[in-house]
Amino acid sequence: MQYSFILNGKPVQVTAEEDANLLWTLRERLKLTGTKFGCGVSLCGSCTVHIDGKPVKSCITSLSQAEGKKVTTIEGLSDDRSHPLQVAWIEEQVPQCGYCQSGQIMQAAALLAENPNPNREEIIKHMNGVLCRCGTYLRILKAIEKSTQKV
Amino acid sequence: MEKQIESQGLSRRKFLKVGGGITFLVTAVGLPALVFKRGELAESKQISAWVHLSSDGTVTIYNPASEMGQGTMTALAAIFAEEMDADWSKVKIEDAPVEPDIYGIGWGGERGGSMLTVGSRSVSGHYNNLRQSGAQARYVLLSAVAEKWGVDRKELKTDSGVVFHPKSNKKITYGEIVEFVKIPESVPEIPDSDLKNPKDFKLIGRDYQRYDVPFKVDGSAIYSGDIHLPGMVYAAIVRSPVNGTQPELKNESSIRGIKGVLNLVSLKHGIGVVAGNMETALKAKAIMEITWNGDPKAKSHNSQDAYEEYEALSKSSKTGSIVAQSGDLNRELPKAQKTIRADYKNDYIYHAQMEPLNAVAHVKADSAEVWVGTQATDGTRNDVANHLGLDFKSVNLHTCYLGGGFGRRSMTDFVIEAVDISKAVNLPVKLQWTREDDLQYGAFRPISLQKLEAGIDQNGNINSWKHVVIGTGGGLLGSGADIPFYDIPNKLIEVRNIDHGVRTKHWRAVGHGPNKFAIETFVDEIALEQKKDPYQLRRELMKNHPRELAVLDKVADMAQWGSPVPEGRARGIAFAERSGSLAAGICEISVDRSTGKIKVHKIWGSLDGGVVVHPANAKYQMEGSLVMGLSSVLFESITFKEGQVEQSNFYDYPILRMEDAPEEIMLEIISSTEKPTGIGEAGLPFMGAIISNAFAALTGKRLRHMPFTPEKVLEVLSS
Repeated sequence: MQYSFILNGKPVQVTAEEDANLLWTLRERLKLTGTKFGCGVSLCGSCTVHIDGKPVKSCITSLSQAEGKKVTTIEGLSDDRSHPLQVAWIEEQVPQCGYCQSGQIMQAAALLAENPNPNREEIIKHMNGVLCRCGTYLRILKAIEKSTQKV
Repeated sequence: MEKQIESQGLSRRKFLKVGGGITFLVTAVGLPALVFKRGELAESKQISAWVHLSSDGTVTIYNPASEMGQGTMTALAAIFAEEMDADWSKVKIEDAPVEPDIYGIGWGGERGGSMLTVGSRSVSGHYNNLRQSGAQARYVLLSAVAEKWGVDRKELKTDSGVVFHPKSNKKITYGEIVEFVKIPESVPEIPDSDLKNPKDFKLIGRDYQRYDVPFKVDGSAIYSGDIHLPGMVYAAIVRSPVNGTQPELKNESSIRGIKGVLNLVSLKHGIGVVAGNMETALKAKAIMEITWNGDPKAKSHNSQDAYEEYEALSKSSKTGSIVAQSGDLNRELPKAQKTIRADYKNDYIYHAQMEPLNAVAHVKADSAEVWVGTQATDGTRNDVANHLGLDFKSVNLHTCYLGGGFGRRSMTDFVIEAVDISKAVNLPVKLQWTREDDLQYGAFRPISLQKLEAGIDQNGNINSWKHVVIGTGGGLLGSGADIPFYDIPNKLIEVRNIDHGVRTKHWRAVGHGPNKFAIETFVDEIALEQKKDPYQLRRELMKNHPRELAVLDKVADMAQWGSPVPEGRARGIAFAERSGSLAAGICEISVDRSTGKIKVHKIWGSLDGGVVVHPANAKYQMEGSLVMGLSSVLFESITFKEGQVEQSNFYDYPILRMEDAPEEIMLEIISSTEKPTGIGEAGLPFMGAIISNAFAALTGKRLRHMPFTPEKVLEVLSS
């Protein structure tokens, strides 16, 4: 089947099976590997991307659900690590192993796009679905708080 | 380790291959000059096995350890750059080739040995060697300049990538030296007196950023699952649900009939399916019908019964393996004025690194290439070579970032699987484990029962200490069971083991997690029983151990131990060592008595890790390890029923989420000139005890079985 959507601002066409999945299409067919596989069942958030600006778990999203939509991945958040969250992430030295961080940043970016000044409680509620095993949560919080009003 | 690492890695490997049997060690034996020079461009040169210099001033330093989030790729390069006196802003870091003779370390920090990244040993093990190697690289540059300018090398000074000759006012940058530097036949061992004076350190002990962080905020850091090879196919495996059973596929023809399935591969412990894309491989795996044959030992293992088995074994008169012994416990314990006893338990737990295991392999007729994030780089190269009957040199290992290791990635089982499948289908293969695979075919931190007994003498002092650890996993059980910093005259610490036939493995801090939980909770119980302050009791016990005492005092001071605590909250304190580092913690908790949920509001931690190379990251490692420890203490439990793991993904094996993170974490590092010790696990071992101790202070009840789930908390509260 032929699928068409806007990926990080550019139209793409992908030929894939009917049951093609968004995560594996991004990673394997389009070789955009910043989006990670973590649990496969929407429990960890490592695979978070945006569809039309909303955060979705790409691991449980079929490619057909992206048809005609705008998909944004970590690679499309900025060209040069200049998104305020990326800047704050570097300033606060947030990542350890780094595997969950694309998902963390994409989840946070969707929050700030909607609500540029969330309080701590709102941040925690919004971010709670994205797991980190290295224990970077407090720095994630700090980096998001630092980025409020800048997005 | 940006995206171009692959090609850079290959060129490096080429120069190493040219070396054949020549030793590359940068030691008194000297630098193998000819080998490095061959094939090098004029504008860039290999100065030693550890560093490559370009005419634009770029200094590429090779990282000998796996980077799994602990940040040592930065710290190790900083040690080298410090003594080379390189300009840190021009330093690039690449993974070293997997050549343990050059880049490995022995357990005593000697050169050679293994590149295995475990036990928080990277900085402590490499510290002296990297200072020496950095100083030797500087020596090579200075010698070249001295010859060029016709001056005495000893008259030259350096400052961050520039060589000066104060007498003549001449200066030259490191990059400019590339053009004329000759790699000498030999480089002497630089005496310690010629190494930098620590007061002149610009990097060690200073603040600088991690090298890997930028690549981890834009998705460009490469993990093994991110590798693509031409013609690569995808594999998934259904593995034995009970360790040791063998598969018999019942619906082979329907699996083969799935469009896109290319092949099936029988393995001893499972069936692999190979497909043209990931979705098909995973779909085929999900519908395989397999009968599991055999009657291995694991089949009779029910973890809920294990504690009874351990209790029975504890009564055996046969002593297990002795971890530590002093005085005459058997004579003195019966004479005690008072005896205090308590039992502690901990369930199996799972690594749950965020990146499920995966590897890319391409096995050819007489060689193999593997891309993997592994803690055991040379171990993997060896295991693959042995498995395929190849020699070490015929296996090319491309190292990648690890999406967490925690001990699980020191095993090579998943790489061997990828190799087997690639060999069977004669194609490059990406093997992907699902989260369920990763959990159910995990190798867990062992379950154990800990029986502690203390004898109190007529003066109210602890005169005898008996600690028996009973569990599975053999050598994994004993780490951290000794208490050399507590002066107790009569002591017997032993481990008794039952093999259940299930897979166990090192998990961050290994036995220190369960053992320090038991020890430090027991000390708290003794203190309460003796009506002593638990902080003061520890001070008495470690009064002859000034470093330990300083760490304990530091955390007590930070938290103002003994000062009033907000209504409805209480604090607990504990001390633990790990990998030579000393750490103490205090937490402040509250408990929802209707739900049984514990909330940890604050944690204070103090650390003595000797010379700390990268303090900001060291603190962050401690923060991470105590958050991971908190997760294990509150939530995590793997159970077996008839040998089969009962959990499967994060819904029934929850790990800590942001809402349960402490509100505040305060950490301090004690300044030290002692040799560096391991820091990556030091915050974890005391977590069980500080929470149990705070809970006891708050409720008068004692939590003695990890994890402290709401159900267990409610049960203890109503007891």
